[in-house]
This record gives sequence, structure tokens and C-alpha cells, in this order.
Amino acid sequence: MSDLKYTAEHEWVAVDGDVATVGITAYAADKLGDVVYVDLPAAGSSLASGAIVGEIESTKSVGELFAPVDGEVVEANQAVIDDPSLVNSDPTGAGWMIRVRFTELPTLLSAEEYAALTAE
Amino acid sequence: MSAAPGPRLGELFADRHIGLDRAAEQHMLDAVGYASVDALMDAAVPSGIRLQPGENDGTAALPPAATEREALAELRALADRNTVRRSMIGLGYYGTVTPSVIQRNVLENPSWYTAYTPYQPEISQGRLEALINFQTMVADLTGLTTANASMLDESTAVVEGMLLARRASKSASTAFLVDADVLPQTRALLQHRAEAVGIELRFADLADAAAAAGDGSSATGLDDADLDVFGVFVQYPGASGRLWNPSAVFAAVKERGGIAVAAADLLAQTLVAAPGELGADVAVGSSQRFGVPMGFGGPHAGFMAVRAGLERQLPGRLVGVSLDAAGHPAYRLSLQTREQHIRREKATSNICTAQVLLAVMASMYAVYHGPAGLKRIAHRVNRTATRLADALGDAVVHGSFFDTVQVHVPGIAHRVAADLRDLDILVHVVDDLTLQVSVDETTTDAEATTVARVIGAALGRPEVALPVKAALVSVPAELVRTSEYLTHPVFDTHHSETGMMRYLKHLADKDYALDRGMIPLGSCTMKLNAATEMAAVTWPEFADLHPFAPEADVHGSLELIEQLQSWLAAVTGYDRVSLQPNAGSQGELAGLLAIRGYHLSRGDAQRTICLIPSSAHGTNAASAVLAGMRVVVVACTETGDVDLDDLRAKIAQHADEIAALMITYPSTHGVYEHEVRAITDAVHAAGGQVYVDGANLNALLGYARFGDFGGDVSHLNLHKTFCIPHGGGGPGVGPVAAKAHLAPFLPGHPLQQRDTIDRGGASLPDHHNIVSAAPYGSPSILPISWSYVRMMGADGLKRATGAAVLAANYVAVRLRDAFPVLYAGDNGLVAHECILDLRPLREATGITVDDVAKRLIDYGFHAPTMSFPVAGTLMVEPTESEDLAELDRFVEAMIAIRAEADAVAAGEWSKDDNPLVNAPHSAESAIVGEWTHPYDRERAVYPVHSLIAGKYWPPVRRIDQAYGDRNLVCACPPVEAFA
Repeated sequence: MSDLKYTAEHEWVAVDGDVATVGITAYAADKLGDVVYVDLPAAGSSLASGAIVGEIESTKSVGELFAPVDGEVVEANQAVIDDPSLVNSDPTGAGWMIRVRFTELPTLLSAEEYAALTAE
Repeated sequence: MSAAPGPRLGELFADRHIGLDRAAEQHMLDAVGYASVDALMDAAVPSGIRLQPGENDGTAALPPAATEREALAELRALADRNTVRRSMIGLGYYGTVTPSVIQRNVLENPSWYTAYTPYQPEISQGRLEALINFQTMVADLTGLTTANASMLDESTAVVEGMLLARRASKSASTAFLVDADVLPQTRALLQHRAEAVGIELRFADLADAAAAAGDGSSATGLDDADLDVFGVFVQYPGASGRLWNPSAVFAAVKERGGIAVAAADLLAQTLVAAPGELGADVAVGSSQRFGVPMGFGGPHAGFMAVRAGLERQLPGRLVGVSLDAAGHPAYRLSLQTREQHIRREKATSNICTAQVLLAVMASMYAVYHGPAGLKRIAHRVNRTATRLADALGDAVVHGSFFDTVQVHVPGIAHRVAADLRDLDILVHVVDDLTLQVSVDETTTDAEATTVARVIGAALGRPEVALPVKAALVSVPAELVRTSEYLTHPVFDTHHSETGMMRYLKHLADKDYALDRGMIPLGSCTMKLNAATEMAAVTWPEFADLHPFAPEADVHGSLELIEQLQSWLAAVTGYDRVSLQPNAGSQGELAGLLAIRGYHLSRGDAQRTICLIPSSAHGTNAASAVLAGMRVVVVACTETGDVDLDDLRAKIAQHADEIAALMITYPSTHGVYEHEVRAITDAVHAAGGQVYVDGANLNALLGYARFGDFGGDVSHLNLHKTFCIPHGGGGPGVGPVAAKAHLAPFLPGHPLQQRDTIDRGGASLPDHHNIVSAAPYGSPSILPISWSYVRMMGADGLKRATGAAVLAANYVAVRLRDAFPVLYAGDNGLVAHECILDLRPLREATGITVDDVAKRLIDYGFHAPTMSFPVAGTLMVEPTESEDLAELDRFVEAMIAIRAEADAVAAGEWSKDDNPLVNAPHSAESAIVGEWTHPYDRERAVYPVHSLIAGKYWPPVRRIDQAYGDRNLVCACPPVEAFA
């Protein structure tokens, strides 16, 4: 999806007004393997860009969720908490993690830039 | 004594331990391209670290190799210097009757003791079932939801409980409240470990405070400031035997966001209210008295259980239920990403392994006796203790207890204890005013009568006698257990000896251990655990000693310990060794805490940075954090070596903050790094200490010594290089070896019989630098390593190293056309293990490292180590004990699997339906129902013709790892699930 922005920490960000929806990329989900547990910040928590705000566990490793923006969590995706396999089956759709209300959007990567990053 | 003649032909143990005869050795040398093992080792081991002829190599300290019979005779002489008396010392260690059916079929059975940690669950269903029985037993008895698969011992489990409380607590406090009536070894451990990670301990007599606050009320007698803590710990019953109800203090701490931790006694739990029922969030303890001999301190299985909601906070291994490819329930290790070696510097615990063999024994004790049998044993113990208390009347200190009676004997405690010792009974002297007597399953009426009579006489009450029936009630009504436990049918099925023997055989048959074939697990050193080495483990002179028995009773064990310490120091180039750590992770922690103590003693409190190469085992980083250090990662080069430029840069950047560097040698990549001296020199020049992780010592013994190339301290894994069996995932022994300047900071113990370490006159701090519950760790299994060194001698140890390195290079050479070898050192040689790179195979064929590992099961093998230290690879360590036929069988299986993968790539079989992705094939999968796969049944289950004569059949098909983690079940599933 070309309207998504990306971070170097393998997250995608979809912006709608002052709310950013955040998830991890298909590349990250594939690297992690079968995701079995996600720990997300509760609605109302405030985030500082770059801070570790959640954990994504697979059967073999632990990934971290970094806040891509400064802001406040509007919603954590209960569906993905209940069924973490959504991260693998639909990482940029039903597998989204959090929605964040932000004031200022930092510079994010374009799809091309992110693709170049993961091409190794 | 005249010089003993050398062993006769055929008597040299090394010839039995090492799998290669001369013809095989020559054949393998030809394949690798060297004329002799010496020439191979000259080419493989960098000359800069090689012991040179004439150099002190430590071998003068080792006696010449003994034969098996001679070693047993020497062990017998050492055993005869121990005196086993009836211990009533208690303090966490109790006499117990190991059912013979469990001793013979588990403890003395290689099918159980030679298995590895169940990382390949499809071939580990037997011990996984035994462990889930253990978890169910602990959860039931403690009244909590989920128990793990064991802890290293009770006292370290308490420390882990404290660390769990800190991370799960909602309180911002850094203080932990500890009841004063705690085991002395636990108190010392809490002090040592809390200090390193910045936790403040507050000791208080919680039972007295509650009693003073008024009875029956919910008051704790503590004020708000006392209760401003992140958690509370209560020993239940107390170290003094006192039984009281801690539910008020638990509630008060929890109300403020803290976590309540209790240490429980599993036998008492059959009669008294469970910690979970009293409000504890976490329960810990030891399962020793469930049929595991005291063994002068260990090994035993500790345990930990938590309430619902804290599962993810549990340290250690956790067995859970999942489904296999056929939809059958199957066991596996759950939530492995919690484990400290995955979390690295974010780890929160110091336990990596478990005490599987001992947990299996304890669980089988419960299976054999069942809930009614356990209750009967507990009643008898409690009744005897109560009769004893009744006899002693008002001299008894606490009226409520389970098995331990504290007696007031003003001024004569030592004398009374000595009188009892003359009658072969040991009791605990608390102080000169107080004695303590613990009753256990083995206590006879005659012994209890003797205790009553001797104490009575000393108190001037010659009339004292043991009543037939006690008038006292020692368990208060409010603490009588009313809830059920062990209701699963497994605890009510195998009560006859025939039934038990067959259940143990049924489970053992599901597992793949060294008694079936090679376990070529890289970094695990699955070598022979010889029968002679194992023989003395169950001798009563070693097995039935209490860890705090008087020094005069344990001369034989102490001498064995001191000999082994001196031999281990000699072969590694160090000055001092402590055998206290119960696992490699604990040895690492002990070594790093010694470094920490050393820097603090020199006023270098700012030296807190631990440099760790990116290739290091995850445990290194976890240990550093728990020793109060900060981890700075040093990069590795593309060839897998430590990047010297990056190391120098990191040293320059942190200069006088460098506490230590941790380096594994040979590296975790299985390579002798050329520049190790440059690395250790650079760290020393910056004032840092060098920790050499001894995990790969099997590639070095006799050829180079850690202490000679810059190591200040190391841990050794006796369960790798020195033959202690892996027990299906523990016990381990991880002694820490150090140069003399670190000796004052090596582990000691408040109750040790004597300091077996020369500390150069330095005195130990109050907490004694203790790292495990017992003074010498796990002494009952030390005869294994002692025998190995004694029977190999210096020459045998060196020969073993050469054979191990030859075997690894032989496998590498034979397999390199099928699978590229990822890293090599000088002259293209590997050390004692080799990493096969399967990533190109996946690129070309879609076949993964998992597929190859599971397909090896169909060929009758345990897979090599998967994806460590590099994802997508297999690391093979054949060890010196395998013979050429077994090595060739493995090589041929791997080559055949490569051909199968190529057939997938060629389109002969589809990527979704081929012998690899469907592996392993159970008998059921090959027989039941219609066969629809594009390859035939014979290919599936007999890919090599020789398997027809004898095949290991996996009891389940491939297990769905994700399903088990997403649907966590960690107790015995209902019987219907297996229908």
C-alpha cells in the first residue's frame, strides 16, 4: 500500500488527520515468525517517539514496538491482542497495533525507501 | 607405596570413553588431510595459545589414569570416610525414601539421565509428560494456577520470586519485605543478590508482629511505611518450624500494589492450607523430600508456581500442551521467548536450564504414592513431631508446626546435640539456648524416643517419654487444608510396582536419549556418561548426607570436592575453583559478581560495563545484568571473530568504566579465534577483567588453558566437558574458576563445614558471596566428574580433545559439498563443532532448518542445534565418544536429506507435500487411513534400509509451536483429550 509510511524499526504508519495507525510490516512479521503474543500500551498512555512501548512475541523471538510519533494512544487493537496470528495473516490490515493522536509527524520513510532498506 | 603398574591392555578407560579406534582415527585423518592428530591440532589451535612442550600444563597435579575398578575402589575409600547419621537437621533438607522402582528406572536409567533438554519436543514426549505431571503436582499442592518445570534450588527460587515481584509489582518502592523466620541460606542469598541489583531488603518478624496486633484480626502489626514495598516473602512454615497464617500481611502488601511470595513445603501442603489459598501470588520451594536423596546438598528440583495472570513472568522452563500435525495433543516447551537466553540483556532471571531428572523423580514419587499416600506420609511425620512436642511440654518454643519442633534448652544446646550425635542422630543447634528437630518420612519411633529421652534428661526431666498418641494439635484449625489436590487420574493409576515400572518404560520409550544414538547438539557436548562414573551417585555415604552435617562426618566428600577443585584449576590454568554454582548461568553470575566485588574492593565502583561480543550466548548478557552491570555489545566480523577495531573503540569510549569482557573460547561459532590474546590484553590494559565462558572447553583441554591466555575467571560446565549427564534438561554443575586475586570474592556459604577455597587470608562478607542454597552446590553428582578425570588422566583428557576436534572436522569435510560450513579458523579447520549453513538450501528449495531437523528423526537421529548461534543453521558437535560407524550413519543421513531437498527443488515432489515438510512420520501416519502423498510409505518411515532392523518411532507428528503459545495449557490435560 503506497499511502503507508514506514520507519527503520519495521513499522508502518497510516495517517488520517491527527491520528496515526501503527503496525509492523510484513517483512518484520515474516522475520519474527508465528506471533503468539502482543503487549500494547493502553488507551490514554502518552508516547515519546522512539521509545519502546510494546512487545511482539513469536515462538522464537521477541520484537519490540517503538513509538513512531509523540502522542497519546487512542486505541490499542483488542482483536490482535486476542488473536495475535492476525499480525502474520494481515500485518497491514487487521493486524494493526495502536492508533495514536499526534501533534507533529516526524519524517518517515516512503514505501520505496523502506523497500530499499529491507533489500539488504 | 610402590609405583602402581600402568593399566593392562584393554583396561584403559580412555579407550572405552573415546569412540575411535586407531583404524577409525586414521581413516578420518585421511579424510581431513592430516597425518596425525598432533598435526591436525597444530594446524587448528593457534600457536599463540598452545601449551608448549616443557611449559607447566597443570598435568603434574593430576594422578595417572586409574582403571575403572581402581577408581571405584578409591571412591569406596572416600565414601568410607563419611559417616551417615540420621539427620533431623531440617532447614530445607529432609530424609526421604526413594522408591526403588524410581531409583532403578529413572535415576539409574540412561534412557532418563542421558537425554537432553526437550528442544525437539517430538522426540521428548516422555519426559515432557513427566514434567507436566510435576507442574500439575506443584500447582495443585501450592494452590496456584501455573507452575514451571523446576528451579535450581529453593533459595535461588526465592531470589527469582523477589525479582518476579519487582517486575510484576505496581508499587514504585525498591524495598522487599522478608519475614525473619527464613532459612539461613535463603537469607544470605537474598542479601547477596539484592545488593547487586539495587533492592533494599527489610527483615521483620512478621509472625510476632501479627500476633502482637491481636488475634483473629486481620491486622499485620505493621505501619504504612513498613508496607511500602514491592513485595513480601514468607517462609511457610517458618525456618523454625513455626506455622502461622500470613494472609493478613499478604493482603496488606497486595493492597498497596505489591506481590506476595511464599516458600512452601510440598509434604506439609497435603495437610495445611495452600499459599495460594492464603493469598500468595507466587509460591516457591524444593521438591527434595519427594524421593530425592539429600546428597549433601543437591541436586534437587526447586519449584515456582504463580497465580493466573503472572504466567508470562515465570522464569525458567515451562511445559505446555499443543497439537501435532495429526491433531493429537502433544507436549512442548511453552513461551520460550520468556527465557533469559532469548532476552539477553533484557533478561530478568538467572535460570536458563532446569533440574529435569530430579523433577521427574519427585513427580513420580507423587504418581507412585498418589494423594492419599502422600497424605498418609505427611500425617505420620506430623504425628511423630507432635508426639515429640507433647513429650517435651513447655520446653517447646512454637505450638503450631508441621514437622519441626524447636526446643528451649538454655545453655546446653551444643551439649545435647553432641549427645544425640553420639547416638547417630543429628539435630540443628539454633543457638546455645535452642535446638531444632525435624521429623521426616524416615524417622522411626525409636529415633523420636531417643530424641525425647536425651533432651528430657538434659532438662532434668528423666520421666520424659514419647506418648503413643499426642494430646496436642499442631496444625491450627484455620490452617487445615480442606481443598483437594492431585485429582488427575495419573496420580491414581500407577500405584503397584509393576504399574510404575511399566509407566516409566512407556514414557522412556517415547524419548530419544544417548542410549539410542548420537545427539550431535552443538554447544552441548553430549558425550558418554559412563556407567562407572554414575555408580557412586546412589551410594548412601554420598546420597544420604545432610548439607549441614558436622564436618567430622563428611571428610570423604570434602576431600573429593577439594581434589576435584584442584584438578579443575590445574587443567584450566586457574588458581581456585568453587563448585557451588548449580548451572552454567549461575557460574557466570558467580564469576561476574566476583569481578564486581573485586572492583568495589579497589574503590572502582564506576566499573560497571560488561563488554560482550554479539556472537555470545544470550545467557552472558543476562548474567551481566543480574550482576549489576551494563552490557555493551562488541561487533563481530563477517568471519565470526570479535571485531578488534570495534573492541578498541568501545574500550576507548568507556575507558575506566570497563568492568569486564565476556568471551567464549573457542567462540560460539565453533572456531579457535586467532586474536584472543590481543583481545584479553586490550581489556587488561584498560583495567578490566576477562571472563572466559568455558562452554566450549571440550575443544581445549590439554592443548591450551584459559588462565594462560588472559582469563581471570571462567565457569566450566561439568555437564558438558566433565561427563555429568544432562538428565533431560538438568542437573547441571557450573563451577567457577579464577585467578588468586579473585579468590576472596568466590562463593562461600554461612553454613559451610569448611572453606575449601584458599582466599589468601581475606574474610568473606556476611552474605558470603553465596550463589546457591548448598555450600558445595550439587555434591552427590560430583563423583561423576571426579571419576572422569581420575580415569582419563592428563593423557586421556588430551586424547579426548583431539578426538572431538577430529570428529567435528571429519563431519565438516564429509558434509561440505551438501551443506556449506559457515565459519572456520586457521587452515580452514573448525574446533569441536561446525555450523552447517542451511540458508542457501532454503533459498534454493524452500526447505527449512526445521524440516531437516524433523526429517532427521525419521532417519533415527536427534537433530543438531537449530538456529544457534546463527538463525537458519545447524550446529553439529559429535564429541569424542561417537564411533566412526555412527558418524558415517549421520553423514549419510544428512546427504540423503540433501538429495530429498533437491528432489523438491526439481519438482519431483511439491513444496507442500514431501518427506521433509511432513516429517517426522509417526507409525500412525504411515499406517492409518489412505496414503495420499507423492512419495511412498517406505520412503516416509524407512528412508534407509537398515532402519528396518531397528527404528525409533516418534510418538507424535510435527508439533504446532504457535498453537501451544497462543492457547497456553501447562497442566495435565484431561484423559479424554487423548481419545
